[in-house]
Parts: sequence; structure tokens; C-alpha cells
Amino acid sequence: MVEHAEIRMVRRGGSKINFREPVITNDSRFLLCAAGESVNVYSTSTEEFVHDLQGHTDLVTGVVLNPSNHLQVYSCSADGTVRLWDFMDGILIKTFIIGYPIYSIYVSEKHGGVVFVVVPMANYKSSELFQLVAVHLPRSGDQEVEARELSAVLCDVSPHPGAVSFGREGEYIAATKGLQLEVFFFKKQKSYRFSLKSGMKKGVKNAFTCVSCHPKEDCIATGHADGKIRLWRNFNQKKEYTYTTLHWHHGAVNTLCFTPEGTNLLSGGIESVLVHWHYTQENQKDFLPRLGAAITHIAVSPDGSLFCTSHSDNKITIIQSCVKVSAIIQGLVKGDGVWTDLIIDPRSKALVLNGKPGHLQFYSLHRDKQLYNLDIVQQEYINEEGLDQFEVVKAAFDARGDWLATVEERRKKGAELEINLKLWAYDKLTQSFVLNTTVTAPHEDRITGMFFSPSPETTMLVTTSLDDHFKAWLLADHSDTKGKLASYSEGFWSCDFVGGYHLLKPGCCSYSADGSLLAVGFQEVVTVWSPASWELLTTLSQPPGAIRDLCFGRLSCSKYLLGTSTKNQLCCWNLLTCSLEWSTPMDVSLLQADPLSENMAAFCSQSGSSDLFVFKPSEPRPLYSQKALCTGKVQHAVFAPRDQMLESCEERTQWLNRSQTSAQLTPLSRSLPQLLHTPAHVLPSASFLCAMFVRSLLVSRSSLCLVGWGTLLHSYFQVSPEMFDQVQVRAPAAPLKDIQRLVPKPILRFLGCVLRVVVLLQGEPSPQSENRL
Amino acid sequence: MASFKPTKIPIYPKLGEKVTPDTLYWKNYKAPVQIKEFGAVTSIDFSPLAPHNYAVTASTRIHIYGPFSQEPVKTFTRFKDTAYSGKFRSDGQLLVAGCEDSVVRLFDVSGKVALRVFKGHTKGVHVTDFTSDCYHILTGSDDYTCRLWDIPNSTELTSYKEHTDYIRCGTTSKLNRDIFITGSYDHTLRVFDARVEKSVMTMDHSQPVESVLLYPSEGLLVSSGGRYVKVWDLLKGGQPLVSLKNHHKTVTCLGLSSNGQRLLSASLDRHVKIYNTTNYKVVHNFDYAASILSLALAPDDESIVVGMTNGVLSIKHRKSPEEKQEVAGKQRVRPVYRVFVKGRNYVPKKDDFFVSKPVKSHLAKYDKQLKRFNISKALDTALENRKPDITVAVMKELDRRGTLKNALAGRDEQNLSQLLNFLIGNVVDPRFTPVLVTATEMILDIYQAVVGQSSVVDRQLVRLQELVEREIDYQQDLLEVLGMLDTLFATSLPRKEVPCPGSSRPNGLIPTLSH
Repeated sequence: MVEHAEIRMVRRGGSKINFREPVITNDSRFLLCAAGESVNVYSTSTEEFVHDLQGHTDLVTGVVLNPSNHLQVYSCSADGTVRLWDFMDGILIKTFIIGYPIYSIYVSEKHGGVVFVVVPMANYKSSELFQLVAVHLPRSGDQEVEARELSAVLCDVSPHPGAVSFGREGEYIAATKGLQLEVFFFKKQKSYRFSLKSGMKKGVKNAFTCVSCHPKEDCIATGHADGKIRLWRNFNQKKEYTYTTLHWHHGAVNTLCFTPEGTNLLSGGIESVLVHWHYTQENQKDFLPRLGAAITHIAVSPDGSLFCTSHSDNKITIIQSCVKVSAIIQGLVKGDGVWTDLIIDPRSKALVLNGKPGHLQFYSLHRDKQLYNLDIVQQEYINEEGLDQFEVVKAAFDARGDWLATVEERRKKGAELEINLKLWAYDKLTQSFVLNTTVTAPHEDRITGMFFSPSPETTMLVTTSLDDHFKAWLLADHSDTKGKLASYSEGFWSCDFVGGYHLLKPGCCSYSADGSLLAVGFQEVVTVWSPASWELLTTLSQPPGAIRDLCFGRLSCSKYLLGTSTKNQLCCWNLLTCSLEWSTPMDVSLLQADPLSENMAAFCSQSGSSDLFVFKPSEPRPLYSQKALCTGKVQHAVFAPRDQMLESCEERTQWLNRSQTSAQLTPLSRSLPQLLHTPAHVLPSASFLCAMFVRSLLVSRSSLCLVGWGTLLHSYFQVSPEMFDQVQVRAPAAPLKDIQRLVPKPILRFLGCVLRVVVLLQGEPSPQSENRL
Repeated sequence: MASFKPTKIPIYPKLGEKVTPDTLYWKNYKAPVQIKEFGAVTSIDFSPLAPHNYAVTASTRIHIYGPFSQEPVKTFTRFKDTAYSGKFRSDGQLLVAGCEDSVVRLFDVSGKVALRVFKGHTKGVHVTDFTSDCYHILTGSDDYTCRLWDIPNSTELTSYKEHTDYIRCGTTSKLNRDIFITGSYDHTLRVFDARVEKSVMTMDHSQPVESVLLYPSEGLLVSSGGRYVKVWDLLKGGQPLVSLKNHHKTVTCLGLSSNGQRLLSASLDRHVKIYNTTNYKVVHNFDYAASILSLALAPDDESIVVGMTNGVLSIKHRKSPEEKQEVAGKQRVRPVYRVFVKGRNYVPKKDDFFVSKPVKSHLAKYDKQLKRFNISKALDTALENRKPDITVAVMKELDRRGTLKNALAGRDEQNLSQLLNFLIGNVVDPRFTPVLVTATEMILDIYQAVVGQSSVVDRQLVRLQELVEREIDYQQDLLEVLGMLDTLFATSLPRKEVPCPGSSRPNGLIPTLSH
């Protein structure tokens, strides 16, 4: 039994991997990218996560290879340190303390022992002014060194990492900001400034967005907000500089990159097309179209064989020999919003939410990996700003995971709402969902709720909409039709019932656990229907306040119906007597029923922060409460099942994952993470480790079962909408003996399952550094 | 690099295109064989004998065709004027035909010259038939009389002059040698018994009667005339049973499918309708190119032969089971390249490694243009397509891309009139209205400056305006009807007691099966 009751937070990933330019190592085997507070190392051939470099205490803002040792890498962070790593073994070699938050880092072969970093101007700490400084890294044997030897190179530079670039063999450095290009020659210790006129043609400014210097010749390529690329030459004097213009992009040029030999220039922007300009024949260009999302960074491996592009949908694409996409590293996609709520796929136990526009992503919480993307809209995505795109707004799984229902919506300005309801059947052969039925315009207005009936006999879907109706959809029996239709053994969905109540707008609905009752909230009134006969059984009402959420009790509490109203009421009705059992004034923003027990989780927002209560509808006292869970209001929450213990897997990364999970609970395995963080050669033999690890798993498992089941709320994720970098796990372990006594042990072992609550928060203040970048 | 996702063409529900056993049965005919005759085909009759040749009466000839030949196996040309009503005897040996010159001729099917010539009518004879004992001939003429003739003696047996207008149809009973029925332009049907001097039954069709048909049981009689098909119960003394009004022009011909379960009617409106004889609902419909004058079905429905006013004889043969399979086989993919390299009968060996190539997806023409962002060309290629759903889907896709206005703009007179033609044709189709209304508004916005410069475009714009106004009126009418129906339903529904107060709303409890 674990005694500690405090909540521990553990980083769980889900971080942004497209935040900074990725780096490909000299041998092209690994790809390094900044991901939250660590640097992730991926294999370029298998796209698998290898390990991460942990040590920074704030956002990592830049990763560069050490030019003097190709097995080492510098990383800088907003915590004010530059760290030197051995990325092959994942060891921190040195930490240089700068003392100021760092926004980007640049190195050059010519300037050995010096790194160039962008830091805020010392005098104007609060302001938005940044300078490029050279840091002479002291040569000392200590692990942590203070590097105070800073010399300013350029004042007033952009903190954007693409806005500074080293020129031919490090002889000069080019920086852009606004409408100005500044070139600093190290030999002459002199800088030249070139300005552009602010052309306001068609409302697009021609401000600089990025810069890249030719590695062999004196040529600087700059990208502009109006989509033009300028190639500057002869810039070692103030007057007679020249530039030529290349134009293909219609949106801003996000990033530019020369290949190592300088024969080609790569550019990318919102069009999600990688443009490949030939340096010598400037009007010749190649394209690599439809890369998925806007390109934010381009990096080229030092031997020029691999390109990699970062995309705005948290994705890194590795491109082989300019033409072939060879690998895709996909993180958790953070779309424009989470309209679908958080859902757990009953089959894969993956978290399902909005991904790329028009897609649903299946994300494994336990492996921090996107399992797959399901294309819901199935339309060519047009990468252009200001278009009204189809968005997936609702999704629901049936109890066994055989069916997925999705609603997509597109609202044009001043035009009719386009809604499609799609039903997807799970195909065992391809292990994914296949479109079965499309219903165009299932309702005349927005769909507010969509639920499958939990009963195993009938497959029924209920949708509620702002057009004053709710509709029940049933899988039609197609045993009578012949011919063409016979090839579809599944049948199709059709509307079974349309219900309404006094032209009130239905806001929410809920099925009872056995599917025999359906409760639909019509503003202030709760109506209870029988899905078998579609008879209105009773109405319940507790004014004032419209019903916000409805939830049936489960198992022993299945006679209760809980509802929350907008006027801060949590009501519990007894369905046997059709009367109010109890009500309490609480501003419940979210109510969730645990699918495996009778417990309910309610999130209340009080004075700017959210509290969590876990309670049983039949008992007046909450089982568990956590005050001030987070600031802001909880938007989405879901009970997530604990993953089953995996089969013995030999991958080192998997070990690490597993041990971290169990480390929260068992004293034995607590030592394991440290063991695995140290290099392999100083570890005991593998057989010893393995035995120890297996033992730890066994212990942890039994304790997991007991503790986990009892507490129910074992851990939850906390995600801020600004950035998915802050995914944390909290592990409270206050054992609740009452429940343990109630539930027999064999059942516990059989289920072997602990539940988590995944919470998506809004209004969580992100770190200052993130705001500014 | 993901591949280009082609434009989705939505599948619209086909209204009234329910697949029933009837549609499967009646659709199972091959493409029609068409034979041009010298004039309008007024009569077709199948021989009751095995090869089932059929006699086609057109102009001054009677051709006899074999079941699968497109050339006549026999021709009778000894008519002085237009021949009518070539009919086989029940043994298939003799053929009788009337003529505009009032002479009735009897032919041996193998011979050429008329065996017997019956003279006595004073005007053209449109109706001829053999009685069931094979010894007599019934004729009906434009001189308002119908007569019975004896074949061996070639003499007139009886003459009835009860009709007061042309007799244009008639039939003899197959069960009783003395009973026959005639229909006339005086709107009446009369049943005669040769043993009695006068007609035994008279029925009023209230339209000039064009065709009569006796059921095999001879309990029911079907007559057609005007736009009506009427069924009479002879056993109840000629009581009208059903009146069918499914054609919008005169029904000229009637037929019965071989098992007597389906009734066919052909009309000048170019349709052949098939009715179920138990409930007299239309179960299928054939369209033809011209007004139909005659229709006949081969025994066992092996072929449907239709004669039209423009002299075209159209023969549809039933598909044999093998041909049915062939059609299914046609959908199979063509042999792949591998087959040509290795030979047709090459079977992969045990240790052969099968390398699957990615299937190359072929894009439609408009998708190719959309892929290249050639929006105007994409719209042009979509307009060339004859299917409006494809054109509308491309318009929708352009609208989604926000470039519909650009695609519509910059067109010359010819292009614009083509576009307007499409809009006039489809804007009131409820499936396409939401997309096409936005397109129409955009066109009006773009081209309002050039209104008045082209007469073609102006005329089309006026037509479009009329169309929209008519549609608005129509919608208003429909709404009114809907309102009336709602009140009717509301009053007829029983008021239900609901356990809680204030929760009785019958409208909310109407289960619908929409979508």
C-alpha cells in the first residue's frame, strides 16, 4: 500500500516537436528536435523515438550540432543555460550558465569555442528588444560552468531563429528584422544595413521573414511576407548591392535553406509545398506538393542526402533525395480546438480528438505516440488562410468500438450550414474504420450532442440539435434487400425516430447504463424516453437554469439521474420515485461518469480555479476531492482506462516507459529510472536488470490493481490549450478502503484496470517565454 | 506526400427507382433491334406455333419475321391499299388481313396468293379475327358493321349493324366459338353471340375504343380508348371494375404477359406501361422514341415487339442466362500487363514472389484541372459533362476553395450562355439548389454590368427569372398544402394523456422515416 497522498507530476510528452528547426546528425542516422523541456532523438530510418535528453528546466529553444565534435550537440533553453550533450548515449556533458533566457543559438565552424545566442537586451529586460551575443565557452572540467564572457555582436535582432544566419565559412552573419537586413563582417568588424521600402501592395507587406546564406558564395537569400524570395549579392558595401527576386509562394515564405553544396535552395510556406530552386538556373524549380500542413522549418543533413521539414501540425517529414518522403514523425496534433471532446476508443484504448483539419487522431496516452489519423472529411485540403474548412465537431464510439459516428460541419459566412453525419464500421481486416453511411444534413441546425446506446442488443445513435429535435438512428436490417445491396453485410443506418418537446432546444442527452432509458435535457426540462417504444415516460424539472449536463448513475446507483444546470445546481433525481433526491449548489462545469464503477467526477470552477470531486450518487459525502486542481475552467475530461501490462518487450525505450509508470507506486522500481538513465556500460548485467525489472512489474501490478481501483482517480493529464508541452501526470494514491471491501479481489484482478481522468484545461498561463516567441 | 483526393460526387437517392422483382424482370431485355417498315406499323401478331414467327402489318404489306431474323421470312404484298390487322389462326396455318379497300383476304402462310377473298364490306376493314373453331372469320369495318364469314364457302354468315361509328377493334372468344366482342368509336363495347340476332351486352367506355383484350379466363375484359384503360367484369354483366389513367395520350394497344399476371398498355405518348393485374398498379414503364400503335409479346415474354407511327419496329429480346453472366463479367478488370508478358494461363509457381504495385489512381478530367488549380478549366470540363451531379459537385468544391467567383468570371457570350443553360436546367432541382443559387447570385453580380449587350444572354436571364418566380409560387403553394395537412393530422391524432403536466405535444411524437 502506498501511503503518500500528495499528487506527483510527471511529464508525459505530447510536446511540440515542430517548435524549432530539427537537426540531422552527420551520419544521417538520427534526428534531434526540441520537444518541450527536452531534446528528442529519433531514428531517421525507422521514425521511432530513440531517447530524449533531459535536463533543461524550461522550454528548449534551440539545438545545434557541435561543429568541432560531430557526436555532440548544444541545446539552449529559456532557463538560461546552454548544455552540451552526447546524443548517442544521451549523457549531459556540460552545462553553461548564461543567466538570461535564450531564444536561439547559432554556431559556426570558424568560431570554435564560441556560441552565438539571442538574449534579451540586458538593460531592457521587460521590453521586446533582443541582441545577438557571442558567448565564449570556458574550458574547464566542471560539469556546470558559468559563462559570463558575453560580447554583443548585433543589437536589435529578431528572436525568431530563422532570422539570423551565418554566411560563407562563418565570415559574416546576416540578420533580418522588419524591413531591414543587417550583415556583420567579423573580419572588418563592421556591419551594413539594407532596407526595403514597405510596399503595401494588396495589403501584404514585404517584411523579411527568414534568411539563409549560401555556404560557398557571397549570397544571402531572404524570404518575405508577400511570398517573394530575394537573393542579395555584392553586399560588402553600402551602395552597390544587388538583389534578384524569385516568386512562387502566394503566402509568406516561412523558411529557407540552402543545401550544403549550395546548388539548391529550399523554401516552404503555408502552401505545404517544398519548393526546390536551382541556384544556378534561377527560373527552374521542382516541387514536392501536398506535404500535409504548412511548412515551418526546413533542415538538410550535412551530407545533403536527407531533407526534413517541420510542419504546423506537429509533424516532421524526412525526405530522401529530394523526391521521396521516407519517414514521418508525428506528435500530438494540436488543432484549432478540441470540438469533439476527449473520447477513449474502446478497442485501442487510445485518446481520440481532433487532429489535422478534417481528421480524427488516435493518440496513445501510454506511448506518447499518434497511432493513426482517420480522414473524416475526405476532401483535398486547401492550404490557404481565410477559407471555411470542414471541421469534425462531434465523434462517438459505441460500447464495443465497432462503430464510430462523426459529425462534420462547415459554416460559411451568410450561407447555409453544411452538416454531414458519417458512420464508420470497424474493419477487422484493415484494423481501421471504414465509411458505412453518410447522412447529409441530418439536422437543420448544429448538433449539440451525439451518443450511442450502450445496450449490446441494438446499435442506436441519438443526436440532439438546435433545430428543436433529437433524432434516433438505427442500423437498418437489410436481410430483405437483394442484388447490389447484398454485398454489404453490415447494412446501413437510417433515421428511426424524431422527437421534440414544446419546441425547446435539446442541449444534452444521456443513456442509462443498460440502454433502456434515454434522458434528453430540453433547456430547463429533463425528458425521459423509452427507446424501445419512443414513449415519453416522464419529465423532470428543477428551475431555474437550463440543463447543462446529464448523467445516469451506474451499477448500484443506476436508479439515479444526475444533472447540472447553468444556475449552479447539481441535482440528483431518483427515477423510481421520479423525485429529486438531493441537490447542491455547485457550479459544475463538467460531469463525467466512470464507465467501470458507480463513481462520478465533477469539475467545479470556483474563483478562477477548478476543483475536482469524485462521488457516488447514493452517498452524500464525496469520495475524493481535490481543490484548486488548476487555474481556469476545465473544458473536457474523460476517464481513461489504465493500459494492460505489455508483453515482454525488449526495446529499451519501452522499458523506460513502463518503469516510469510503475515508479510512481512501488518503492522497488523507484530506482529503475536512474538505472536506465545511466549509460549501459556502467549498469549491471542485463539478466540481473531484467529479473529486477520483471519483479518490479509484478509487484507494481498487484498494487496497481488495489490502489488503482480504490482510488479510481489514479492520475490525470493536464493539458493547456496553448501548448501540449505541459502534459503531466498526477498520481494521487489515497486508498479508499470502503470500495476495496465492496469489490472482491478476483474481480479487481480480472479487470486489472485503473482509471485516469484526462483533463484539458483552458486558461492555463503558459510560460512567459512561450508567449513571447 | 499524400496523393490528391478526388472531388467527391455525392450519391443522390434515386426517387421512384425502387428495385423490385418487376423492374429486374422487365429490365432483363437486350438493347432493341430496330427495323424500318414502309409505313406506320398498325398490327403485330405472333404465330401460336413453335418458332413463333410474327406478322407485322404496315402500309400495304404484311411481313412475317422469324424470332431472331431481321429480314422478313415471308411477305404478303397483294393488297390494293393499306392492310390492317394481320392475324394468325390458332393452328398457325392461315393468316387473315383486312384492307382499306374493304376486301378481307385469307392467306396460306406458306403461299403467296390469297386463298379466299371476302367481299361485302363497303369501307375499310380494320378488324379481322378467327373464331375458336377455326372455321369462321370475324371482321369489323368502318361501315359500322361487323360480320362473320365462313371460310370453306367464303360466304357471309351474319352481319351486325349496331355500332354507330367505325369499328376499330374486336376479339373473339377462345373458349366459345360463337362469342365475340367489338369496340367502336361510338364509345361502346358490344358482346355478340352468333346464335342471337342482337348484341348480348353493351358497355360504355365513354371514349372512342381503340383496343380490346380478353383475359384467358374470359371473365374480365380490358378496353382502351382515349387516355383510359378500363377493366370490365363480364361475369357480372359488364360491370366496370377499374379505370386506369396512367397515360397522357390515347392508349392504342393492349397486351397481356404470358402468365397473365401483368397487363401492358401502349400509347401515343411513347410509353408502354406494365400493370399488376391484382392491384392494377404500374410496376414498370418502357420508353420508346415515337408514338406506339401496336404491341405484342412473344409467348413466355421472350421478346417485346412494338410498332410505331414512324414505321419503326422495335424488338426487344430477353437476355439468356449466359448473356447475363457475360454482362457481369464485363465489369471485371481487363487483363493486366503481367498476363501479356507471362501468357494468359500462367499460374504463379510455388516459390514465386508476388510484388504488388501500388494501384495508380486515374483522375477525372475536372480533377486533373483542380489538382493544378486551373479553376476555370475545371468548371469548363465539368460543364461538358452531361451529368449535372458532377457539375454541381465541382461547383461545390470550387466554392469550398473560395474560387467559384473567379471560375465563373471572365467568360464570353457562348461560355456564359452555356453556363446559364445549365443553371436554367438545374437550379430548381432541390438536390442542387443550395449550390446553384449561390452560383447564380455570383453570375448576376459579375455580369450585371454587361446586361443588354447580348440578346442570347438576355433571353436566358429572362427565362431564369421566370423560372425562379414560378418556383417561388410553387413553393408557396406547397407550404399551404403542408399547413392544411398539418391541421388535418393534428385534429385526427388522438390526444394522449401524459403523466406530467405541460408535456403533451403530439407533433413531437410523430415518428418519421426521413433520411
